[in-house]
Amino acid sequence: MATLRVMDSFLMPGPDLLSSQGLRLDGRRPNELRRIRCKLGVFTQPDGSAYLEQGNTKVLAAVYGPHQASKSKSSTEAVVVNCQYSMATFSTGERKNRPRGDRKSLEMSLHLRQALTAAIKTELYPRSQIDIYIEVLQADGGAYCASVNAATLALVDAGVPLRAYVCACTASMAWHGGSPAPLLDVGHVEEAAGGVVLTVASLPSTGSIALLEMSHRLHSDYFENVLSRALQGCRDIEVILDKAVRDHLAEGWTKQDVVTV
Amino acid sequence: MAGILLSHTEKVYITHGVKNEYRSDGRSNIDYRPMELETDVVSHASGSARLRLANTDILVGVKTEIDVPKPDKPGLGKIEFFVDCSANATPEFEGRGGEQLANSISNIMLRAYQSAQAFNLKQLCIFEGKQCWKLYIDILVTLCRIGEKCVVDPTAEEESCSLVSLIVGVTGNPKYYNDYEDEEELPAFEAKCSVISMHGPGSVSPQNLRDAINQGIIAAVCLDEALGKTLFRERRDTEQFKRHSYGFLK
Repeated sequence: MATLRVMDSFLMPGPDLLSSQGLRLDGRRPNELRRIRCKLGVFTQPDGSAYLEQGNTKVLAAVYGPHQASKSKSSTEAVVVNCQYSMATFSTGERKNRPRGDRKSLEMSLHLRQALTAAIKTELYPRSQIDIYIEVLQADGGAYCASVNAATLALVDAGVPLRAYVCACTASMAWHGGSPAPLLDVGHVEEAAGGVVLTVASLPSTGSIALLEMSHRLHSDYFENVLSRALQGCRDIEVILDKAVRDHLAEGWTKQDVVTV
Repeated sequence: MAGILLSHTEKVYITHGVKNEYRSDGRSNIDYRPMELETDVVSHASGSARLRLANTDILVGVKTEIDVPKPDKPGLGKIEFFVDCSANATPEFEGRGGEQLANSISNIMLRAYQSAQAFNLKQLCIFEGKQCWKLYIDILVTLCRIGEKCVVDPTAEEESCSLVSLIVGVTGNPKYYNDYEDEEELPAFEAKCSVISMHGPGSVSPQNLRDAINQGIIAAVCLDEALGKTLFRERRDTEQFKRHSYGFLK
């Protein structure tokens, strides 16, 4: 126990992310997600589209495809998943000059591709391409997670066969009176305060992890704790997304059409 | 924009209909399609608005910054436009695909707001010669089948059989954008045209051009009145806490 105490003092540089009552900077408890509101089928022109709000982060996703792949990108074994992550210039507190094409956006596009390719049944559409376009309208922390969740909904709206829902969630670590308390769904203020941020994109129904990313440092003793909190967050988000999909499908149907299996 | 394929007969049908003031969806030549407008959708920006017109969806954000005024115009503020065509609208806008369209729209907007009658940059001045506000107006085109004014607000089909399309920018009536107590105080308002831009592969005679511009001005004045009334109503609803914020959720 003595060695752990020494580790604590040079691990936790930032200000208190948890108040003395155990509340976070925006009033949430450590294991609470921000409010998620979403809608499928926002646009008629793309094959699938979705809009998702996670707290103050607002994201639009549009899916085109599967359609014929451009010659340079075509693959004979599986579908090519093409993602583009773009942030509106007014989305962040400081005005952003270039919406896309800078390094961060390209990196985010690659991460998105990795997470979504794990979920799409790619072997069904060789020589084809699926385009997924994400537009971040307002970024308040967790923009990548909101993008993955919105992209999942857009893929469901487009009718692309998926192995499972892909949900993404962030988690961080704070100290509450000396004992560690993992935080779920990190907002922008908590991110900027300098704490560690672990981003996980997983397929909650199968329990597997598609993408894992961490910033800053975290002692390996606490890693399992934070990871399991993030995975629990993904499972909670899956429940919300599933309900949204069912509500969207039920909209056009009467009670007699629905057969409960 | 996804290509519209029209047969010759369909094009003839549309052009004949227009000659008789009758369009395929029942509008007259100067009617707009129904549009939805909502303000304050992005809370990070100083101001924002979302406009939905049939299949076109546009999101506008305004951000402000304190800046030094230009040395040759010390009493005026600055305004900057940026148009971004999102790939959500059509796959052709991926990467830098939509840049040409975006640049042309931002240039038109810049010319439209340059005249002092359209937008008074004096309002943006803080200390003459030292500091001024700089307004960044960012336009995000999230879905488009762009229709502009000639036959006012053409649908994509109508636009593809037109030879020339004309964009006219008209100054708005200040009555709707300020709170005036005495309406008699206002001078008589005359809409003025601040920018004109032409697109298309054909040419048009001067008389037709003059008619089209007048038509555009009439339509724009009606549009401005409708917009002004909507903004009034929204402002009143916000004050009385009646307003529900929908954004893209509706």
